[in-house]
Amino acid sequence: MSSTQKRWSGRREELILALVFLAPALLVTFGVIFIPLAEQFWTSFHRYTLTIPGRPFVGLQNYLSALSDPTFWQAMGRTFYFTLVSTGLELILGLLMALLLNQRFRGQGVLRALILIPWALPTIVNGMMWRWIYNADYGALNALLTQLGLISHYHDWLGSPWMAMNMVIVADVWKMTPLVALLLLANLQTIPGELYEAASIDGAGAIGRFVYVTLPWLRPGLLVSLVLRTIEAFKVFDIIFIMTRGGPANGTQTIAYYTYTQAFSSLQFGRGAALAYLTAMFIVLLSLVYFRLIREDVYS
Amino acid sequence: MKRIMLGLAVVLVIALAAGCGSGQTAKNQTTGPITLQFLTMKQAAYSDEHVNAMIQKFMEQNPGIKVQVTFVPYESLHDKIVTDQASGSGQYDVVLVDEIWPAEFAAANFIQDVTNRITPQMQSGINPAVLNIMKVGDKYYGVPWILDTKFLYYNKKMLAEAGFKDPPKTWDELLNMAKVIKQKKIVEYPIVWSWGQAEAVVCDYAQLVYSFGGNILGPDGSPQFQTDGAMDALKWMVGTLKDGLSNPNSTTYLEEDVRQIFQQGKAAFALNWTYMYGLANDPKQSQVAGDVGIAPTPAAKESIGVSGSMGLAITKSTKYPDAAWKLIEFLTSEENQKPYASDSLPIWTDALNAPDLNASPELVSVAKEQFASMRGRPEFVPWYSQFSTDLQVALQNALLRKESPEDAMKPLVDQVKQLASGQK
Amino acid sequence: MKKGNGLRLVALYGGALLTAVFVLAPFVWLFISSVASNADLLSRPLHWWPQHATLQRYLTILTTTDMNSAAYTFRIALWNSLRLAAGATVLSLAVGVPAAYALARIGVRWGRVATFFFLATYMLPPIALIVALYIILGSLHLRDTVSGLVLVYTSFIAPYVIWIMRGYFLSIPTEIEEAAFVDGCSRFDTFWRIALPLSLPGLVTTVIFAVLMAWDEFFYAMILTSSLAAKTIPVAIAEFSGQHMVDYGLVAAGGVLAALPPVLIALLLQRYIIQGLVAGAVKG
Repeated sequence: MSSTQKRWSGRREELILALVFLAPALLVTFGVIFIPLAEQFWTSFHRYTLTIPGRPFVGLQNYLSALSDPTFWQAMGRTFYFTLVSTGLELILGLLMALLLNQRFRGQGVLRALILIPWALPTIVNGMMWRWIYNADYGALNALLTQLGLISHYHDWLGSPWMAMNMVIVADVWKMTPLVALLLLANLQTIPGELYEAASIDGAGAIGRFVYVTLPWLRPGLLVSLVLRTIEAFKVFDIIFIMTRGGPANGTQTIAYYTYTQAFSSLQFGRGAALAYLTAMFIVLLSLVYFRLIREDVYS
Repeated sequence: MKRIMLGLAVVLVIALAAGCGSGQTAKNQTTGPITLQFLTMKQAAYSDEHVNAMIQKFMEQNPGIKVQVTFVPYESLHDKIVTDQASGSGQYDVVLVDEIWPAEFAAANFIQDVTNRITPQMQSGINPAVLNIMKVGDKYYGVPWILDTKFLYYNKKMLAEAGFKDPPKTWDELLNMAKVIKQKKIVEYPIVWSWGQAEAVVCDYAQLVYSFGGNILGPDGSPQFQTDGAMDALKWMVGTLKDGLSNPNSTTYLEEDVRQIFQQGKAAFALNWTYMYGLANDPKQSQVAGDVGIAPTPAAKESIGVSGSMGLAITKSTKYPDAAWKLIEFLTSEENQKPYASDSLPIWTDALNAPDLNASPELVSVAKEQFASMRGRPEFVPWYSQFSTDLQVALQNALLRKESPEDAMKPLVDQVKQLASGQK
Repeated sequence: MKKGNGLRLVALYGGALLTAVFVLAPFVWLFISSVASNADLLSRPLHWWPQHATLQRYLTILTTTDMNSAAYTFRIALWNSLRLAAGATVLSLAVGVPAAYALARIGVRWGRVATFFFLATYMLPPIALIVALYIILGSLHLRDTVSGLVLVYTSFIAPYVIWIMRGYFLSIPTEIEEAAFVDGCSRFDTFWRIALPLSLPGLVTTVIFAVLMAWDEFFYAMILTSSLAAKTIPVAIAEFSGQHMVDYGLVAAGGVLAALPPVLIALLLQRYIIQGLVAGAVKG
């Protein structure tokens, strides 16, 4: 490794080639992302409301007024709720699914393939599908529960704020649990069989083996799933847009959706930019915490 | 597996090559005389097919002007215009504007002042209340194109079954009829509304507030939704849900859901725009075709129709304002509107009496009455969009009975003050 | 012992069955909705098994010439999505793979830092970029074009390509490349003739993920496209299932067609997907 390293960084033409290799990627990603990002950053310090003339510099006012607005914190609260519950459920169900798929049984291969379906389904199709299933007048969920005798009346599953949020979470969990399951399954297969044997000899039962062998070995898989799902869940927009548009009574308005309405319905682009940065900051903060955890894991 | 990969690779390459090809041709086409970009709405009022036919005719009459039409759903229309004009390098020349946006768009400098272009015929021939939907202050920012208001639709068969001959004239009468219909188990929930979290709920609310003699915002933008008439209206709305007379799912419905429920014969009464008249009477998609009655909306103190019209405007970014105006003049002209009156009634007062008007006489006679009493939402303030967003949430909090009507409306007072002072 | 084994089997197969139903039921219902008649769909009590099944909706989507219909929009949007996914995948690989190689050989520390910076762009909410992107695409005359979206999509797919492919390149033993140097190969030759062919499985995985990411994206496409010239299938579905979700069957058929390419890719190439996920999970 070290000699290759020297070769690459030591010789001049090597360095030039490295730059040539890197340049297109830098150009595209940072050209498309960095310029807008810098622009938005600048905008976030201005009162840039399209219906009011002028674009004065206001310092941190957009950030401060967002932070002191109860609507912002309500949206934040809902986003945390969505992130916590959906990520939590996905991890628990994904772990169970992975443990199951790690067993030998007939049809194991088929089942491993089938769980790819929800994950591959486009988010918008997923949202549309669940909205149709929840439909208050013709939905399959109502039909199923009525025919089973569990409810007597058709119910509007997206009709009250609290219920709607949870039903959107169900749709998200259905789609994303398989991804977590696959990540953990891949991780499970790296556990050496001898460890279980050793644990058995030491007198550990099934639960003991799970706690002392499986869980510690699953740490990287669990952490990666946690990071990926948290970031995605915190940015959630598409499924809200297609299923509820933030309603009813703002019950499903997450921070990304709130930012969207601030910028596009209220034309407050300065405020929208500040909100986008606040969201990004929360995500970066969470990620740093997670990465620290992963780091420790790698070195320990 | 190798074969699959190979096949996949071939598909990828073909698709990619095709992408390059079509991109090229699209660029070459734009080198004509003048090309106008027209942004309009799909699936409401004028059908896509009819708009295309109008545009075809316009291009035949004006060989120097090409028009490219973009249809977007209503829900995307506002944001499309905002993104386009806020970018400072907009691509659209003529845009369809809901009557609640001109104040906002004028303040944001998205659309052009066309006061000097308004012709004397327009001034005299168009009902002033209609022409004014595109007026901000004393300036015109466009010409109305789609004239619309909400009507009371009722199921004639259900009313007859319950023993009623005529549609209700007042909201109380409507409630009494609904009670009888519910008691006789003709239908479980007699009334259906579009009270989902969207502009739709504000339309129904405004209509009720006005007819109860209340007001939402004063002419200076001061809050009036807490005063008697407005509170009465909101309490009335909540009451119909409490009593099980309104479909409880109304709080997630938009106009199309209302039509669906009504067409399925699951409601005796519904409030909706003109377009439902034709569709609910179409036996191909409606189970109540032939039983659809239409009437002016009931009154509490008076019968008021809420205006839901839309107009055409020239964008600030256009390079061809004169050609754009030509298109607007053509589309809004009486000759162009009459043949398509079954999609949307003409804005021209005379046209409603014209013998060659292509619309149902029953609809036209009710419409004439309703148009005379038409009133807009408080769209004269440039911060209407934001206000409406907040109002929708307050209304939903009351309708879902999360809060009492008084408590639900309370935070709105502060929000209005902040909006008016430009702080929010 | 034997009894416990029996219980275990019951639990195992019970769990497997439950998982299968959980995973399949919603999608199967979507498919049934797409072939059931409207009368069946709106029936109460619901007919789970349609009395009148029809493939007419699929036929309409694939053949209609009525340019104002939803079915026509679906077909064109499917085609746009296909072009977009292909274009974005090819471009992302073209820029991402060489960069990944450079970052794999530039030295561990710098390589990791740089990869992290590329990946950090993933944490930004797209709303933070959209207005400025609209302006940039406008000035490049790429608004409402598939090419414009290809460019935007590449910006978030390429970091992913770099992440996965760097892992693959790192796993190639350096001795092999050393040997090539001794034979007189230049650095570029080594990359082109040795490293690239050796990482073919990784490339396949990356292609699959890139296609799926491009196919799934919604927000950028919604704002940056407006006409049939570039409208993608998620945007078309969102439009027709919004306020005007009247023809549930047709929207369901559109949904099934939109789901078909990614689902087929996932089912046919599942081995590579799992490899990719292993790379992600284990090498972080």
